[in-house]
Amino acid sequence: MTFFIDRRLNSKNKSAVNRQRFIQRYRSQIKGAVEKSIANRSITDTDGGEKVGIPARDTREPIFKHGKGGRYTGVLPGNREFTPGDRIKRPEGGGGEASDRGEGLDDFVFELSRDEFLDFLFEDMVLPNLSKRILTGSDEVQRVRAGFSVEGNPSNINIVRSLRSATARRIALGAASKRRELRELETSLEELPDKDNPMCRDIQARIAELRHQLAVIPFLDDLDIRYHRHEERPAPQSKAVMFCLMDVSGSMDQRTKELAKRFFILLYLFLERNYEKTDVVFVRHHTRAEEVDEEQFFYSRETGGTVVSSALDLMTNIIDKRYPVTEWNIYCSQASDGDNWPEDDARCVELLNSILPSLQYYAYVEITDRGPKSLWKTYQPLQQQHPETFAMQTISGPEDIYPVFHELFRKVEV
Amino acid sequence: MNKPLSTGSEWNFGLLEDYHREIARVAENFGLDTYRNQIEIINSEQMLDAYASAGMPINYNHWSFGKHFLSSEQKYRRGYMGLAYEIVINSDPCIAYLMEENTITMQALVIAHACYGHNSFFKGNYLFQTWTDASSIIDYLVFAKNYIAKCEERNGVEAVEQILDSCHALMNQGVDRYKRPQPISMQEEKERQLSREEHLQRQVNDLWRTIPTLKKKDKDKKRKRFPPEPEENLLYFFEKNSAFLEPWQREVIRIVRKISQYLYPQRQTRVMNEGWACFWHFHILHQLYLEGLVTDGFIIEFLNYHTNVIYQPDYDSPYFTGINPYTLGFSMMQDIKRICEKPTAEDRIWFPDIAGSPWQETLLFAMQNFKDESFILQFLSPRLIRELKLFTILDDEKKDYLEVSSIHNEAGYQYIRKALSAQYNLANSDPNIQVYDVDIQSDRTIKLRHEMHEGHPLDKRYVGEMLKHVRRLWGFDVDLKSMAYNEVVVQYHSAETEDNGVVEVG
Repeated sequence: MTFFIDRRLNSKNKSAVNRQRFIQRYRSQIKGAVEKSIANRSITDTDGGEKVGIPARDTREPIFKHGKGGRYTGVLPGNREFTPGDRIKRPEGGGGEASDRGEGLDDFVFELSRDEFLDFLFEDMVLPNLSKRILTGSDEVQRVRAGFSVEGNPSNINIVRSLRSATARRIALGAASKRRELRELETSLEELPDKDNPMCRDIQARIAELRHQLAVIPFLDDLDIRYHRHEERPAPQSKAVMFCLMDVSGSMDQRTKELAKRFFILLYLFLERNYEKTDVVFVRHHTRAEEVDEEQFFYSRETGGTVVSSALDLMTNIIDKRYPVTEWNIYCSQASDGDNWPEDDARCVELLNSILPSLQYYAYVEITDRGPKSLWKTYQPLQQQHPETFAMQTISGPEDIYPVFHELFRKVEV
Repeated sequence: MNKPLSTGSEWNFGLLEDYHREIARVAENFGLDTYRNQIEIINSEQMLDAYASAGMPINYNHWSFGKHFLSSEQKYRRGYMGLAYEIVINSDPCIAYLMEENTITMQALVIAHACYGHNSFFKGNYLFQTWTDASSIIDYLVFAKNYIAKCEERNGVEAVEQILDSCHALMNQGVDRYKRPQPISMQEEKERQLSREEHLQRQVNDLWRTIPTLKKKDKDKKRKRFPPEPEENLLYFFEKNSAFLEPWQREVIRIVRKISQYLYPQRQTRVMNEGWACFWHFHILHQLYLEGLVTDGFIIEFLNYHTNVIYQPDYDSPYFTGINPYTLGFSMMQDIKRICEKPTAEDRIWFPDIAGSPWQETLLFAMQNFKDESFILQFLSPRLIRELKLFTILDDEKKDYLEVSSIHNEAGYQYIRKALSAQYNLANSDPNIQVYDVDIQSDRTIKLRHEMHEGHPLDKRYVGEMLKHVRRLWGFDVDLKSMAYNEVVVQYHSAETEDNGVVEVG
């Protein structure tokens, strides 16, 4: 007897648990590898999974086995030129030892899925001060399931509960026993030859009575219906909006823009991942600022001078119009090469001073390899005045992006 | 003439059944006795899953399976590795996995190869008969998976993982090679498990009783070793005698060693098993061709696969990775058939008892009663040695050159045959490590002895970690001596107090 079974529709992730166990076990090594890999390659590559390697030495499973030494006789196929007694120089190296020393040479390489990769990447990071507004409370409510009720609207009927109580009611009213009796009476009635004798009539009467009783026990009564009950609870306020401000003026060369974009992409991935309800507003500016969509923000080009206050202005407007401070946690992150028109500096400080109290966090990233520029110096006093909300860092090359990002958004133990 | 079963390359379940019916008929005519077949179609992801747990359809969870999964997945996705066309499990019914990507030709090949070749080997070979229980392995794996899951719930994943790590490390030292096991029903197994737990623990406590006995005459006698005879099955020894293990830990050790024992015959018969399966897919499909049931295109495609499978690159080819067990096995099976049917004068001298005998019977006898080592020793013919141009290289540590010790000529046949046979002797390739003694009187150090074979030392990179695993299972210090001709060559010691664990003594 032979069976053919089509297993293709069965779940294929039989090894998922084992895979998770492996990742769990080598957590610290994998995290190291992830951080190393982010320093070396473009963050935009993380659309797919990420290849990471961890030292094979750490993951090997030891067994007792033979090492080099002693006498080995090996049988090989395909002899052409040898005759017995031929001597061959022992090949150089070829020892098993090499692999042990050269870490990285034979890494155990495997692929993390995108989610796993980002999990590792953002593991110990968090949007700072997110909880602040929760305490303020608000009028927003959210409906949550809270048991069952006997009244409600039809779209909320719980079928299982309803049918269960219907069954219970029918049992309580003796439907089953009555039906059994009815069946028995019907069979005995059929077996009786004479339909006119009194016993037969009794039976018929009883049958009629039972039929009537059964008929008035409905399969489903209004009483049986159960509804999902919902309660309205005040919703915790954790709406957050993130403003991404970027200088796209002529002074930003291609490399600088590239670095800024990478920083923002990292930021964007982080937000997208951690806070589903986080809004992101992209603002780019040269002498004028405009709000753009993601695509334009990252990929289109502009030229011109630099007036940082234009972006801050626009941001203030947007906040006023769309993101009332009472409801939203507002974050802002600005990337720039540090250039600004000198006349504009004072205005920037003024604007920021007025807006910082309503922000949760303002992160300024200066991309430069020649020391602090004018905007840095302008902003420095702000950092002292608002140590909680204002942070600044410099980036000089792609390898700095992740550490700086990590520093800006690291989890702070409270 | 028959009409061909199909002409295209696509398969469907109807066609599979048609081919299977014909293959089954031909196989029966050839006298192949098999377990029932259960043929399952799977996709590549599922094949990767199967790879990860040694081909088992079900297995307990362990990180190392995840590691194997990740590594084969990576190799497969990057195109470094193709997947097997089939996996077959020694169970009753015999489960065979077929990949959905295969063409109908390949499916037919695989059905002949796995469901009639391997299957009849599992059912016929003495090693599988003696050491494995095909009818209960799936049940046992289910039991093992559930049991280990339960242990994880009770004791935490980490504790179970630790004990499994140590057991896996010692898996090759967890098989009985000579003692015959009792045939046990796995159902019974489960029922007896509780009582065994209790019983074992009591025995162990007895062993470690610290209340001194008053028999004075014992002191005069020479102290008896414990165990009285060296024990080759380390896992068995720990399961029965380790002092600090909890009952569930003993059961975990038992599970690992049972599975190791179940897999051991497969390691012992790779050449024969694959050779047998290749021989039969070759003959069965040729028979179908002769009967006109398959087309010319089919048989050409089949021969293409077949020759790829049994391709043996020469020793100096960049593709050379050792002797291909498929080639060796298939060639030897074919050669036995040839010796039976058309023996030469040479064959009559070398194989007087089988030259000219009926080939089917002889082949069946060979399949049933040998393992790789003895099969090669018995049946490797001079003619095949010449065909494969086998030669031997002697690598002696004491000399600064390698020596060609023999080639495929009259003087070399015997030598090559012995050398090749030894190459497939697992007792040579797995280090021979046994429990020699336990210092019961004082600090309970366990004394292991490694009997060196041909002067092969242990791989020192692993000894340290391995002794830690032994210590974890034993609970006390571990002492390991590599012995050659009753002389200690190297001595390792692993003690609780030392940080890095292992000290090489002398």
